[in-house]
Amino acid sequence: MSKAKTINLTLKVWRQNGSSGIGHFETHQAKDISTDMSFLEMFDVINQQIIKLGGDPIAFDHDCREGICGMCSMTINGNPHGPDRETATCQLHMRRFEDGETLVVEPFRARAFPVQKDLVVDRSGLDRIIAAGGFVSVSTGNARDANGIPVPKLDSDLAFDAASCIGCGACVAACKNASAMLFTGAKVSHLALLPQGAVEKDRRVLKMVAQMDKEQFGSCSNTGACEAACPKGITLENMARMNRQYLAASVTSR
Amino acid sequence: MSGIQSTSGPGFFTSSIGKKYVVGLMAIGITLFALTHMLGNMLLFVSPKAYNIYSHTLISNPAIVAIELVLLAIFLVHVAFTIWTTIENKAARGNRKFLTTKGAKSVSWSSTTMFYHGVVIFFFVAWHLKTFKYGTNYDVTYNGVLMRDIHRLLVEVFQSPFYVWSYVFCVVFLGYHLNHGVQSVFQTLGFNHPKYSPAIRKLGVAYAVVVAVGFILQPLYVYFFMKQ
Repeated sequence: MSKAKTINLTLKVWRQNGSSGIGHFETHQAKDISTDMSFLEMFDVINQQIIKLGGDPIAFDHDCREGICGMCSMTINGNPHGPDRETATCQLHMRRFEDGETLVVEPFRARAFPVQKDLVVDRSGLDRIIAAGGFVSVSTGNARDANGIPVPKLDSDLAFDAASCIGCGACVAACKNASAMLFTGAKVSHLALLPQGAVEKDRRVLKMVAQMDKEQFGSCSNTGACEAACPKGITLENMARMNRQYLAASVTSR
Repeated sequence: MSGIQSTSGPGFFTSSIGKKYVVGLMAIGITLFALTHMLGNMLLFVSPKAYNIYSHTLISNPAIVAIELVLLAIFLVHVAFTIWTTIENKAARGNRKFLTTKGAKSVSWSSTTMFYHGVVIFFFVAWHLKTFKYGTNYDVTYNGVLMRDIHRLLVEVFQSPFYVWSYVFCVVFLGYHLNHGVQSVFQTLGFNHPKYSPAIRKLGVAYAVVVAVGFILQPLYVYFFMKQ
């Protein structure tokens, strides 16, 4: 194994006390950072230094640190989750950066994502979109036979691709309109593609889009910034599917 | 009652997706108009007579006023809905200056600046109508039919380098607008499939280049080769 390299970085980190406070950038020197660290581990190191000096550590969201929970949410030099495609912040490693680089770290910004503290934002708007219809209604009773409903392999693959959305909100942060359509498109798609979810697809798309609008996310102008920023590679195809389902559901609803 | 309750959400035309559909559908009308307008203008390269007769045929059609009103309505609805969504989108973004994505996560310039070229095109169209449609009315007679000599006005207007280069500048913006617009309409209407999407993107670029280059050729030709 090669010996780990270390780098020094300058970080300009967004600090904000509570949702009503006025934020500002605070500069921190990150010294002797191992290139084998993840981006979040670097923040752990910096926070340790801040705590030792009696300061207030930088608040940031994180949980699984293996790219599947959707909690980490940092905008690094304008890119949600940093410079690499299909990589969440927790899976971004310091070897990706050059010695002496300056990084601007901000929260996932949008009006619908109020900052709670520093880099932590409230993304419960996305949860409310799910709660509006992003589920399959199941009657109580015995569990069904897993193979009782045939699902074509291709449909199951497409549904799985859509279901791999971790709801992190990078699409919203990347969008110049702060639109949540990629997220909603993924959630609408993954259920509508399966027979268990297809029965409720019309009501689902109407309810979820209504909730998305109510949360005051912006409208989509098809720039594709969401797709580029998505750590899970959710495609615009899911959004096109939502658009046509929404049209069909709107014109046939009664 | 279990399950997803039936909805009484906002109406289709006030929903975020409904507004997209309206903008996209209106754009189809304008996009096709831009192509036919460009192709009609190509008669400039045939003869002044062909150009004038084509123009006369269009404006002497009894339905022309109705058609013009429909076209104007399409244009204004497109503009109104985009202003409406742009205001909402700016508000949704929040107050802080927005850092744009970069590198592997960057997106095309034309897609993020649609509103701005839209503004340029809007004022260009107004100016263009004032210059030509409501410009000086010269007369010419072909085969005993008195008609408007729009060709003469055109040649006269395009002697001005200011007008020629402003026209070229605005049409380049129209090209950028179409570059994103054409493929965007397909996405909005729900056409996105790995089989067709690469071709749709190429179609968008080709459409923009053909329309913009076509429109640009005409003033340049008059300016450089039809000196009065």
